[in-house]
Amino acid sequence: MLVNHDVTEMMENIPDEMFKIVGIDKDAETPTRPRIGYWKDAWRRLRENKVAFAALIILLVLIFFIIFGPAISGYEFEQIDANAINQGPSAKHWFGTDDLGRDLFARVWQAGRVSIIIGILGAVIASVVGSIYGGIAAYFGGMVDDIMMRIVEVLLSIPYLIIVILISVITDSKSLGTMLVALTLTGWCGIARLVRGQMLQLKSQEYVLAANALGVTPIKIILKHMIPNTIGMIIVAITFDIPGYIFSEAFLSYVGLGIQPPSTSWGALASAAQQNFMFYPSQLLFPALMIALTMLSFTLLGDGLRDALDPKLRK
Amino acid sequence: MGEYIVEAKNLCKYFKVGKNQTLKAVDGVNIQMKKGETLGLVGESGCGKTTCGRTLVKLYEATSGTVLFERKDVSKLRGKELLAFRKDAQIIFQDPYASLDPRMTIGEIITEGMNVHFHMSEKEKEEKVNELLHKVGLNAEYANRFAHELSGGQRQRVGIARALAVEPKFIVCDEPISALDVSIQAQIVNLLMKLQREMGLTYLFISHDLSMVKHISDRVGVMYLGYMVELASNYALYDNPVHPYTQALISAIPEVEPDEEERKKRVHLEGEVPSPINPPAGCRFKSRCKYAKEICGQEMPELEEIEPGHYVACHMCGKESW
Repeated sequence: MLVNHDVTEMMENIPDEMFKIVGIDKDAETPTRPRIGYWKDAWRRLRENKVAFAALIILLVLIFFIIFGPAISGYEFEQIDANAINQGPSAKHWFGTDDLGRDLFARVWQAGRVSIIIGILGAVIASVVGSIYGGIAAYFGGMVDDIMMRIVEVLLSIPYLIIVILISVITDSKSLGTMLVALTLTGWCGIARLVRGQMLQLKSQEYVLAANALGVTPIKIILKHMIPNTIGMIIVAITFDIPGYIFSEAFLSYVGLGIQPPSTSWGALASAAQQNFMFYPSQLLFPALMIALTMLSFTLLGDGLRDALDPKLRK
Repeated sequence: MGEYIVEAKNLCKYFKVGKNQTLKAVDGVNIQMKKGETLGLVGESGCGKTTCGRTLVKLYEATSGTVLFERKDVSKLRGKELLAFRKDAQIIFQDPYASLDPRMTIGEIITEGMNVHFHMSEKEKEEKVNELLHKVGLNAEYANRFAHELSGGQRQRVGIARALAVEPKFIVCDEPISALDVSIQAQIVNLLMKLQREMGLTYLFISHDLSMVKHISDRVGVMYLGYMVELASNYALYDNPVHPYTQALISAIPEVEPDEEERKKRVHLEGEVPSPINPPAGCRFKSRCKYAKEICGQEMPELEEIEPGHYVACHMCGKESW
């Protein structure tokens, strides 16, 4: 203990002037890196991820064709041509024709509109509703949180097929709107849980406490700390949810609960093509390929986004 | 009385655990701090040091008792007065990895408090950030970095710069060194002492590292299970510990000289710390105290002055010599 005393006293008795810097040039560590914002940095890291960036480009190409494809084809998607039924791909009909002689190139992109709209709109609606619901539950905590989360659990325990059938029976329609309602009715529950968990964790983080101690207002804390630290997770959840919705729609249309003719979607196209599959496999190939490509691209993009939006992984 | 910058009177902070149970994290602590002094607060894990510190800067509302900051009751502060208190009383956190927002650059983290309390142009802010970074021994370049690019010691320096940015008078240092390497610990403690000399800061220095507390503190308080068992000046406490718990703690400090370490008598404590949920009646240390008598099981001992400036909460101390 004596030794300790002495060292302490010695340290205090040496004035700062007696120290001199040996061998370090202070100017050697001059600022080199420019100021980069969070989103700019995330975008830079996403571009560096080759797989995710390729997925993004595939998606952009798909969306381009979904918007302009039907016009490029030169055919109406519901135009029946009795002279050209069940044709294979040719210069005239790029993807061939179906059993009513309708041009499949036009139909695939027209169908893509329905599928993509359901995918994106469904995921966005579910995320917005789920984020608000989860945020409220986490913010109030206690009893409110308990009750709100029990409701979520009850909703999650109902198979969505039952809900879809019930809703289409009640509303007596099988339109895009009905499908959206049916899919998002329970779809937001997952995101609500995710956001609630994240918010609860953030609430007790030391940097949130530090902001409190600095006198930052609650609104600013939510805007500057809570939301930015949740938004990346929500974006990733959306990109992972989109293929889920597209596939659900395809599945429902395939079993006949979804989009009805003459309107069509990738699932409905695949369902129709399945009857001719033995003789004309190309009719199934294109819608199935589109479903697979979209789902794969969204999943890979989501993976890349998750890495890009996490500053801890920054190199 | 007026000379104290921070005063806690019979401070209690209880947490509800489960249905009908309360966890008495802080139970009747009295603290008086003069301007410019450093009060060390030591004790084992879970004894309420951190809760005590956080209640002092109003991160938690006290369950009962009062905290006076410059003679004003902290719990009654509203609006402008509360804002002024938020500027004057700051806290440095234990975990430098959790205390910086991963989505913000160091510059943004440091300016956060300035935005609340000062009206400054962007240029002034940038200058102040550079000045603060320099003051805590970091290169100005770090302003554009994110927290995860920094080492633990560097992050803790940023935490200090964030607290200093609002020009506080009182800083609670909540175990600022326990997450750091030993060599870095010394740097941070010396930095804190240097800043105190330059800016006349008042510190509540919470730690479980007894030698570090001794190095930085003027007075030291020892906490056990939510209350203060002994409070004395630095040298009085380390050279003449009176409470049996303090004696055991002090004897656990390793000696530098191996010979000395062998000669030293270790005071070993038997048993476990009782749970702070429904703590035992009377002296809370009695289950581990070899001097415990009947009275210890009945009455909670009060802090009594046994020498000038040396306070002990024990029924047996000062009455018998042992």
